[in-house]
Amino acid sequence: MEVHAGGLGYREINDLIRSKGDKITVSGCLGQRFICAGMSEKAVTIEGIPGNALGAYLNGAEISVLGNAQDAVGDTMNDGKIVVHGNIGDAAGYAMRGGKIYVKGDAGYRAGIHMKAYKEKVPVMVIGGRAGSFLGEYQAGGIILVLGIGEGEKKIVGNFPCTGMHGGKMYLRSDCSDISFPDRVTPRSATDEDLNEIREYIREYCGLFGMDEDFILKSPFTVVTPDSKNPYKQLYVAN
Amino acid sequence: MLKEGEIRIPSGCAIAGVISKEGNRMTGEKIVESMKPMHDRSNGLGGGFAGYGIYPDMKDFYALHMFFDCRDTRKSCEAFLKESFEIVKSEPIPTRKMAEIKDKPIIWRYFVAPLRSVLSNLHLDEKEFVARTVIKINTDMAGTYVFSSGKNMGTFKAVGFPEDVGVFYMLDEYEGYAWTAHGRYPTNTPGWWGGAHPFTLLDCSVVHNGEISSYDANRRYIEMFGYKCNLKTDTEVITYILDYLLRRQGLTLEEAASVIAAPFWSTIDGKADGYEKEKLKYLRIIYPSLLVTGPFSIILGFNGGLMALNDRLKLRSMVVGEKDDKVFIASEEAAIRVLEPDAKNIWSPSGGEPVIVKVKEGKY
Repeated sequence: MEVHAGGLGYREINDLIRSKGDKITVSGCLGQRFICAGMSEKAVTIEGIPGNALGAYLNGAEISVLGNAQDAVGDTMNDGKIVVHGNIGDAAGYAMRGGKIYVKGDAGYRAGIHMKAYKEKVPVMVIGGRAGSFLGEYQAGGIILVLGIGEGEKKIVGNFPCTGMHGGKMYLRSDCSDISFPDRVTPRSATDEDLNEIREYIREYCGLFGMDEDFILKSPFTVVTPDSKNPYKQLYVAN
Repeated sequence: MLKEGEIRIPSGCAIAGVISKEGNRMTGEKIVESMKPMHDRSNGLGGGFAGYGIYPDMKDFYALHMFFDCRDTRKSCEAFLKESFEIVKSEPIPTRKMAEIKDKPIIWRYFVAPLRSVLSNLHLDEKEFVARTVIKINTDMAGTYVFSSGKNMGTFKAVGFPEDVGVFYMLDEYEGYAWTAHGRYPTNTPGWWGGAHPFTLLDCSVVHNGEISSYDANRRYIEMFGYKCNLKTDTEVITYILDYLLRRQGLTLEEAASVIAAPFWSTIDGKADGYEKEKLKYLRIIYPSLLVTGPFSIILGFNGGLMALNDRLKLRSMVVGEKDDKVFIASEEAAIRVLEPDAKNIWSPSGGEPVIVKVKEGKY
């Protein structure tokens, strides 16, 4: 089923998506916000440029964007999958609590901030290119994986990654010798055991975007975790 | 009703800009269209545009665009201008009648040149004299407001949504080599025509998306140099800071960007290039009160170019794209796709990283 987004507002587009079948293509999208917000059990392909807050509160639906996406993709998403065949704007996966986001290219600032996890709910965000500053700020759970494919000399992540991180895991496909991390997290070289945790996500990334898994796994990976159960104790007050 | 200047205004907003590096002229139609997908970023309380290269036949004269609340204020302001300027042309700015734009003030433009005798008496250069005159009018003459004062450029702004404001001012009938646009979202103000963006002084114009938190520190400092922040909006102070740094202090655009969006000390310490490190330190030490904190993404327009800049934390979105001789800048990629569906190299500049685009020398 196809929805022509040209000239429509986000309410109309979402109503049409809801009223049609399970497999839908939205064509001619141009900046309409909140597409697929809160939706479950749909597979939606988007042509054009979806607006901010694409898939916010997503609850199981699968979204595939054939180009770039703007800001706040997957804000507070609970379940489902968002695949972006291009770059993604700022604050992707903000406060994500489940589901997966795959970005072929780069992410803007603040990707994966406030990401969290609980029992079987473990959100995953895979960024194929590089990530901007404040990656995983206040990360409390889940997995953030940055592959840095094709970025040459550029740093894999901007300034101040993992600031305030107190849970979850971040994987960066780099030795990170040029990255400075805050004192309260521990970056270390990934072990085979670490890599086993992310193999399925790398495989899925390669399947989605036609990349070679072995090529990706050949490079060194750095794992970042908070350095204790309560790394911020006594940071502000002595109790 | 409290007017602008009697109340403080935070704002959200949408911005866009386009420039031809070859100086090819474009009508204002596309930039107006580009604001449509970003409609929800504004709330109808302000929209505006700046066009560069739009008055080629009058390029030697300052184009003063003005709002008046009644005929009498216009007459007395004209008398005041005649004391020190030659007025070569005076006319209402053409507008369309439309239901969306209400409470229109008297909107007039004057093409003027300061009298030589006045300049030599005061020992002032032309630009400084015009700037002082604009500040004097905007401070002392109630019911009168100069909202544009550069050569071969002009701003057009009103209360309304930007896509309506552009139609209202008939921007499809102007041609310029660069345009900027703004849709406003003031959250606790009645909103007045003068408070819409762009804010300008001489040919320097600023459209701004954000809400700076250093407003008063910046204002106190900049007012020491003769500027008056009459409207109490953050964009006004950014405009004066840029005029001060670029025109009066003679800084380059890159240096001015390093002053207002100064890198953190930790970032400066990490710089490998010793000269750059010393320069950044120097600028932070000399101009600490001109550091602009809080969210902003701005497009600065000036004769011959545009500069886009985000705050150092990049708390607002901004995207840049290119196609042939043109460069596009907007809060959202969707707006760029309206300006040019096939725009290439879409990228987001980092916080504090200026994007400077200039028209080739001699092409504007």
